[in-house]
Amino acid sequence: MAEDLFKALADPTRRVILDELADKSGQTLFEICSRLAMRHQIAISRQGVSQHLAVLEAAGLVETRREGRYKFHDLNTAPLRQIAERWPLPGPSGPEESTP
Amino acid sequence: MRIHLTSVFVDDQAEALRFYTEVLGFVKKHDVPVGEKDRWLTVVSPEQPDGTELLLEPVGHPAAKAYRDALVTDGIPLAQFEVDDVAAEYARLSDRGVRFTQEPLEMGPVTTAVLDDTCGNLIQLVTPSR
Repeated sequence: MAEDLFKALADPTRRVILDELADKSGQTLFEICSRLAMRHQIAISRQGVSQHLAVLEAAGLVETRREGRYKFHDLNTAPLRQIAERWPLPGPSGPEESTP
Repeated sequence: MRIHLTSVFVDDQAEALRFYTEVLGFVKKHDVPVGEKDRWLTVVSPEQPDGTELLLEPVGHPAAKAYRDALVTDGIPLAQFEVDDVAAEYARLSDRGVRFTQEPLEMGPVTTAVLDDTCGNLIQLVTPSR
């Protein structure tokens, strides 16, 4: 599970897909491809984008839902919690606060 | 050589004519009976009555359904129409109950949106960005 997550995050194109889904959740494959091409000049086939989405879906970062005849992709950031749990973030008052 | 006609397959020609004229705002150009129940049915933009015609073609061939379904699933539009203001059209058409699979989105040189024509196709609206 954690392995899937780190693998999914390791690719720059997949991180851009997550950025775009964070901008707006609920996108068709066509919209994701359009955003990559037009906003990021990422030239990649629709099949290639599908493969990236499959990796993101395996990591739980992207979820798909059918709505009538359409298929939408949603962002799910919940799996990222594993990272903060494994390597806790500093508290609001800084990392040096912990009692000896 | 000029592009005089383009077409979309529609589930029902009468319903398609209603949507393309009453909702989108095109006007009927030709309506000629062909065979038992089909029509040679075209619409044009009222802004360009002698411009490119859009043929609302009955979806007779069995392969057409699989083709259109696969495209709709992935959100891929089959035709693109230019409008003066995508955001205004999005508001106007949403009010009339039109379903958009992509809301207006600025993408470099263009702003686009994608709507469902209720006859089996997705249509992209586009406005050049200013």
